[in-house]
Amino acid sequence: MLEIRGLTATVSDKEILRGIDLIVKPGEVHAVMGPNGSGKSTLAQVLAGHPAYEVTGGTVTYDGQNLLEMDAEVRAQRGVFLAFQYPVEIPGVSNAYFLRAAYNEVRKAQGQEEIDPLSFADLMDEKMALVEMDHSMLTRSVNAGFSGGEKKRNEILQMAVLEPRLAILDETDSGLDIDALRIVANGVNSLKKPTNATIVVTHYQRLLNYIVPDYVHVLAGGRIVRSGGKELALELEAKGYDWLTGDAA
Amino acid sequence: MIESYLRNFEDFSANGGMFAPKSMRALRLSAITRFEQLGFPTTRNEDWHFTSVSPIVEGQFAAVAVPVAAVGTIDVSAWSFGADCHTLVFVNGVYNAALSASATLPDGVRVLPMRDAFDAMPTLVEDHLGKIASFDAHSFTALNTAFIEHGAVVHVPAGVELVRPIHLLYLGNSAAANRVVQPRNLIVVGTHAKATIIESYAGIGDGTYFTNTVTEVSLGEGATLTHLKLQRESVNAFHVGTLDARQARDSHFFSFSFATGAALSRTNTYTELRGEGCGATLNGLYLGNRDQVIDHQTRIEHVEPNCYSRELYKGILDGAAHGVFNGKVYVHPEAQKTDGKQTNNTLLLSERAQIDTKPQLEIFADDVKCTHGATVGRLDETSLFYMKSRGINARMARELLTYAFAADVLETIEQVDVREGLEAATLVRYTEH
Repeated sequence: MLEIRGLTATVSDKEILRGIDLIVKPGEVHAVMGPNGSGKSTLAQVLAGHPAYEVTGGTVTYDGQNLLEMDAEVRAQRGVFLAFQYPVEIPGVSNAYFLRAAYNEVRKAQGQEEIDPLSFADLMDEKMALVEMDHSMLTRSVNAGFSGGEKKRNEILQMAVLEPRLAILDETDSGLDIDALRIVANGVNSLKKPTNATIVVTHYQRLLNYIVPDYVHVLAGGRIVRSGGKELALELEAKGYDWLTGDAA
Repeated sequence: MIESYLRNFEDFSANGGMFAPKSMRALRLSAITRFEQLGFPTTRNEDWHFTSVSPIVEGQFAAVAVPVAAVGTIDVSAWSFGADCHTLVFVNGVYNAALSASATLPDGVRVLPMRDAFDAMPTLVEDHLGKIASFDAHSFTALNTAFIEHGAVVHVPAGVELVRPIHLLYLGNSAAANRVVQPRNLIVVGTHAKATIIESYAGIGDGTYFTNTVTEVSLGEGATLTHLKLQRESVNAFHVGTLDARQARDSHFFSFSFATGAALSRTNTYTELRGEGCGATLNGLYLGNRDQVIDHQTRIEHVEPNCYSRELYKGILDGAAHGVFNGKVYVHPEAQKTDGKQTNNTLLLSERAQIDTKPQLEIFADDVKCTHGATVGRLDETSLFYMKSRGINARMARELLTYAFAADVLETIEQVDVREGLEAATLVRYTEH
């Protein structure tokens, strides 16, 4: 589904990614872990197409096509979803309007008809229950004045509505208390399908108690320095990152 | 360059001007004298520092009435807000009874064209007209005053609450080409009375004409007035408009200026809070494109203690549009406990668009709370990326963010029909190319 080969990227002429190789197959959950500044979030942003990051080398193939040539919206329309570490506040645009606009854009791109408002309301009932969100959130502006936990739940709500094939969760656990973490993780788990894949970017092992990965990769200095099964995350929890990052620096 | 206006005045006072009462003729005469002394303002004048009116001066607009016969049939629905409004329509400055629409007004409320008001409410007119909008330092107001003849007089007597809005709709079409149209309005809201008045200026077609309008407002004790000014003149038109209000104690004044039209426009909104417990809210939205100049000047005079004022002006400028916002707040020595807040935010959509924003707070009392802030920005790239990352295409994302920028100030308009109409007018501007 996703094949990353020798990916290098810079932001403001500073090299952040120094040759990433990663293969993700349908149905898999990959965890990307690493210390601050290792390039985890950059990898997530590059995959989603953030214009501030410049890809300087390597290839990314998504469903057999060159992902790097696609605009951010095209990636989204083809099933790539990034749950932001810092969800953006958009005062003046209601959550409901935003969600329906996004949903319809994705449907149109996939050759389906736009959904009517009534059917969309039914869909929202179902999806909001998944992340235990109150309906009042729909009439509020996107993320504006939301608490940290509300913002993250709103990300997962968007994911639930858009049903991406490849979901990338960028530090979705940061700033969450244990209850919110459980709700978010439940949401993600219930959206899992054999045809979908998930990349979980996180600093802590905690989230991986709830979203169990098939593979764990450790990123340091812009490279993947170690890959393993879910037991690698526990090892990192116990030993920290130093034993891995020492030889990468 | 003012000679043609002086000649026009000679003709006017010898002919049509004779309709007015004697006191009015004296007022006009002193106004034209002052205009002759002042001339048109230049950019050396601090109040006009950012906006040159030389296109108006060089345009040599004739202060001569447009023949009513040249009007033809007009569909006014595009500028109307629901059937509820009591609407007075003026075409090229002249009242048009056929196009106007009466709603049932409460007893005692009077809405009359100026000429009729001279006869029907001489005392009210004499007591207020020319007494509020000083022309001593304002040449455009002097010019308007010299030619007072057309416009509307609205009187809402004490204790009357007007539910339906009154709409004064000024339309300009090609017959007004190269003429100056000078509406003069007087709005008197009595003690504890309440009203909503919409003052619209709209162009039919792309005529080059000049609107120079003045509206005087008197709010009695405890009175409440919502005044919505909508400037949607022709793209080649020029518009200078002054709204000047006087507020008695405990009165509340809400003013909104929506400005999208004209090649060059200047909107002055002034109020004096002359009693304790007053509130004034002056809001506005300006949308500029091409090489439009859209200038707003506000002035709030806090004369007495325990009053508040709020200002929120927002602008969206594209192309090579030039916006100006100059917000003055004067707090007089006696005006303790004044609570004032002024905000001006402008969104620039292109490299060539520009805004000059100048807050001006002059505070002579020592126990007040006054703040001001101005921001100038572009569409936030992070927000755009966020929307795109959800599948929303780049154009739609820009449109949504642009519209969202304006949404909060439009939401301050309580009248649903007007608010929705202006929301649609704003949305259309950023969703059609």
